[in-house]
Amino acid sequence: MNSRDAAIKITDVSHAFGTEGDQRRVVALEHSTLDVARGELLSLIGPSGCGKSTLLNIIGGLLSASHGAVTINGQPVRGPLPKSVAYVFQENALFPWRTVIQNIELALTFQGAQGKDRSRDAYEALEAVGLADFADHYPSQLSGGMKQRCQLARALSLKTDILLMDEPFGALDEQTRMVLGEDLSVLLARTGKTIVFVTHSLSEAVFLADRVAVFTARPGRIKKVISVDEAHPRQPDFMTSPKLSALRNELYELLHDEIRKTMIGTGEVVESTPAPARRAHR
Amino acid sequence: MKLPQKLVQRAVQVGFLLSLLLAWHLLTATGMVNPLILPTVPSVWKEFTLLVASGSYWPHLRITLYEYFVAISIAIPSGLVIGYLVSRSRYAIRVFDPLFSSLYAVPLIILLPVYILYFGLGPGSKMAVGATIGFFPVVLNTIAGFGTVDPLYVTAARSMGATGTQMFRHVMVPAAFPVVLTGMRIGLILAFLSILGTETIVSLSGLGHQIVTLGELLKTSAMFAYIAFAIIFSFLLNWVVSTAEAKGRRHAP
Repeated sequence: MNSRDAAIKITDVSHAFGTEGDQRRVVALEHSTLDVARGELLSLIGPSGCGKSTLLNIIGGLLSASHGAVTINGQPVRGPLPKSVAYVFQENALFPWRTVIQNIELALTFQGAQGKDRSRDAYEALEAVGLADFADHYPSQLSGGMKQRCQLARALSLKTDILLMDEPFGALDEQTRMVLGEDLSVLLARTGKTIVFVTHSLSEAVFLADRVAVFTARPGRIKKVISVDEAHPRQPDFMTSPKLSALRNELYELLHDEIRKTMIGTGEVVESTPAPARRAHR
Repeated sequence: MKLPQKLVQRAVQVGFLLSLLLAWHLLTATGMVNPLILPTVPSVWKEFTLLVASGSYWPHLRITLYEYFVAISIAIPSGLVIGYLVSRSRYAIRVFDPLFSSLYAVPLIILLPVYILYFGLGPGSKMAVGATIGFFPVVLNTIAGFGTVDPLYVTAARSMGATGTQMFRHVMVPAAFPVVLTGMRIGLILAFLSILGTETIVSLSGLGHQIVTLGELLKTSAMFAYIAFAIIFSFLLNWVVSTAEAKGRRHAP
């Protein structure tokens, strides 16, 4: 990839939580290098604690990396870049004391917009995600899926080139996330944004992404990047296609051992498989 | 289904109070109890209507209200400001939150002799008691409210480019508001109760003072009328403050 085409350049980024020498210090991410092309949808997938959300926060300037550098449109990232980067968070990050439309207007205010354009832009973003009828509802009156649509509208209203999504459908049920995934694919194909998308769902990663970066267990490194060569917007039948299954299986194999490693670390799995057979030998 | 249930609850509450009143009436009307100890219901009612109609409660209520407003205008702003400042630092929270909590658990009325020494027998010592007792729930809830704002709100606002002032005004204050509001409700009520109570212990004027004076003069009917008046006034204050709190909490995080 030509580096001039890269919207996001991640160069040898490592990150540790806690100070050096501290016993509780955790190295979350190690020596990760990756470019994200303009208009590309890159999905980050890996075991819990592998540093994929950490990397996302470093890209967005919410966290500054212990080592390495990230540039966005050629500029080094030193803090939040509200004009270029918008976020969709996993949990409900809407302000509960404001209505849906007021939430979006506030985001525009924070970004620095003024005047009556704000309410028009906010309304347009709500229409794009199909929530225009709920403009005056409070977040507590919305379902989980609608809340995430609203968060998406809030991010879209900021009209940034780059969208960072941290497990945006993580808290939703399978059927809701399926529909939202399809809608998202249609919506994002229209906007042409550069997107980095953290997920735990293998099928979601393949269904939405142009490329999937697979992380190792902690400390996270990029194990492999898989390309999904399929035009946007993705059709619903892509979900059941042999191509998606094959890629999904490839991801499964890449991830399986990494996930086991994490589980042993936390004591959730005592030994590697197959445990029952071992017991039989004693 | 919901409305009738509520009506039944209300009916039971009213019935309970009425039966207390009836028991009182039966005890006194039959002459079983000396009216100097417990006056009859009609005599208290007569005194009560007289005191409301003549407005003779006003000079006493005025003093109590004056003490109350001075007390809360010290307790609430200082509780809010100190609470907010403490909430700004994890270290300050660890130091001051347990300190204020322990002081809040002390029966602060024991400071009354000190306040009388400093501020005299008049309204000054009542203001000091009300301000002291009203301060703690405000400061503690302000620390709790600002200290526990969901970090996700702050992160989200930061990612959208919120400035420091915007963060305070649009994120911190509304997020902390419901908890702070509860502290203010408790502070407003406790300040009133402690002022009224203190007036009945040592005072020169005020509603509590009037109740004690009437008792000492053995004007028990009038004393009970004033007690009823004080109870009704406290109920009203509690209702106003609680309604305001409920309105403010509607979209709590």
